Amino acid sequence: MLADYGYVGLLALVAIAFPVVTLLASKILSYIGVRPQRPSAVKSSTYECGMDTVGEAWVQFNFRYYYYALLFVVFDIETVFLYPWAVYFRKLELFGFIEMLIFILILVVGYLYAWKKQVLEWK
Amino acid sequence: MWDTITNLLPLVGAALHDFLYGFLPGWLAYLLLGFIFIVILLVSILNTVLAFIWLERRGISRFQVRLGPDRVGPMGLLQPIADAVKLMTKEDIVPAGGDRAVHYLAAVLVFVPALLVFAVLPFAPGVVFADLNIGILYIIAIGSVGVIGVFMGGWASNNKYSLMGAMRAVAQMVSYEVPMVLSVIGVVMVAQSLSLEHIVQAQELPFILLQPLGFFIYFAAASAELNRTPMDLLEAESEIIAGYHVEYSGMKFALFFLAEYANALAVSIIVSTLFLGGWKLPLVPPYIALPLKIFAVFGLMLWIRSTLPRLRVDQLMGFAWKGLLPIALLNIFITGGELLIFKGYPSWLALVNIPLAALILFIWSRLFTIKIRATATSARPAPSARNV
Repeated sequence: MLADYGYVGLLALVAIAFPVVTLLASKILSYIGVRPQRPSAVKSSTYECGMDTVGEAWVQFNFRYYYYALLFVVFDIETVFLYPWAVYFRKLELFGFIEMLIFILILVVGYLYAWKKQVLEWK
Repeated sequence: MWDTITNLLPLVGAALHDFLYGFLPGWLAYLLLGFIFIVILLVSILNTVLAFIWLERRGISRFQVRLGPDRVGPMGLLQPIADAVKLMTKEDIVPAGGDRAVHYLAAVLVFVPALLVFAVLPFAPGVVFADLNIGILYIIAIGSVGVIGVFMGGWASNNKYSLMGAMRAVAQMVSYEVPMVLSVIGVVMVAQSLSLEHIVQAQELPFILLQPLGFFIYFAAASAELNRTPMDLLEAESEIIAGYHVEYSGMKFALFFLAEYANALAVSIIVSTLFLGGWKLPLVPPYIALPLKIFAVFGLMLWIRSTLPRLRVDQLMGFAWKGLLPIALLNIFITGGELLIFKGYPSWLALVNIPLAALILFIWSRLFTIKIRATATSARPAPSARNV
């Protein structure tokens, strides 16, 4: 098992090396003249259908996105509990079933509250 | 003889293993074996990705009654390679005022998880790069890292369109993550393992028949994660040009593009493994069965992509939170109940589960359409007043 994790680490190294090497190769191509590299003010201006940009791009954003982020955190942590439960479900039997039913029902109450409060509505 | 044919891949792997460990010190053989497998994995992934790109372009052209790329090579087969050469030799632009380092880092960070997912996918009995006993959990954990790269790319571009695309991407991927993760739990409960190898072996009958609801939810949510057309709001050309990668060109764009198709390949393999029986197919050796299934799943995604129009933002978010999430929770308890009543989870349950899934989907979609119509008829704010 540990050897397998070692292989995952090895793959991670290669996976990082691959984009880095291709980006470097592309860079080297520009030095030997195969690839053009002539930036100009117009070329590197923000692409907005030919218009000059007005104001900053890094603006404040709708708060709605954070509702979804909060809901995501709640349900994602729930799934962390669900996975080990699912593996051992057949050994836990009825006790595990009812226990998880109660756990999910508590979350569902919050979910229904969010639904009623129209948090899930995109406006 | 037949055994040799079906077990060709593990036999070659074992022979290589014995050969290397025969004359090299242990650690060197371990590393060398790892690198050989990585090279094989990388080459096959990249080739399949190129095949997918060709298939997608030709396939969509056929769906739209046009020819598609047919100039480069026979039937345009060399088109992806020509594209790769073109992207490699294309000028690389970092927009003025953009964050240079983050702009580069985003392309790397999108690509790395797309490749790492393949570590635990089984290709034949015993042929898996790293047989982790937490396979699915690993896939889900690694798969959600890509969102960060997408957001970094959108943010670093200093472009309003890419920032909007990135915000939409995060909202969409985060929302569909939840039903996707929940839908796999039914499979895990039946297979009693998180290792993909064990899950394939547990499928006497493909889980698509025993877990049709789980398959539907996983497929819908995974294609939303892939940002393919019915749900590609984050790169909606007609609204925000190309979303988070507007400002990308050259090799960095190629990395985004490769990562997108590598993810599509990963999802095709995961769907085949979890629900279609992986490398299992009667009378067909594993190394032919799995590619057949992968291309079938990808063909289905292609079909959906060229058939359905793009959703609206509120429909998209509503589908995740009000449509898929409740049925995903329901699916867990239906599976749990069935496992309690019928201990062994017999195969005839497929006859119960398929109509049940159809019924649940039908009832839920009825309720859901009424909801949408009700909001559509009530006074909606004008589109201009709506936020991104």
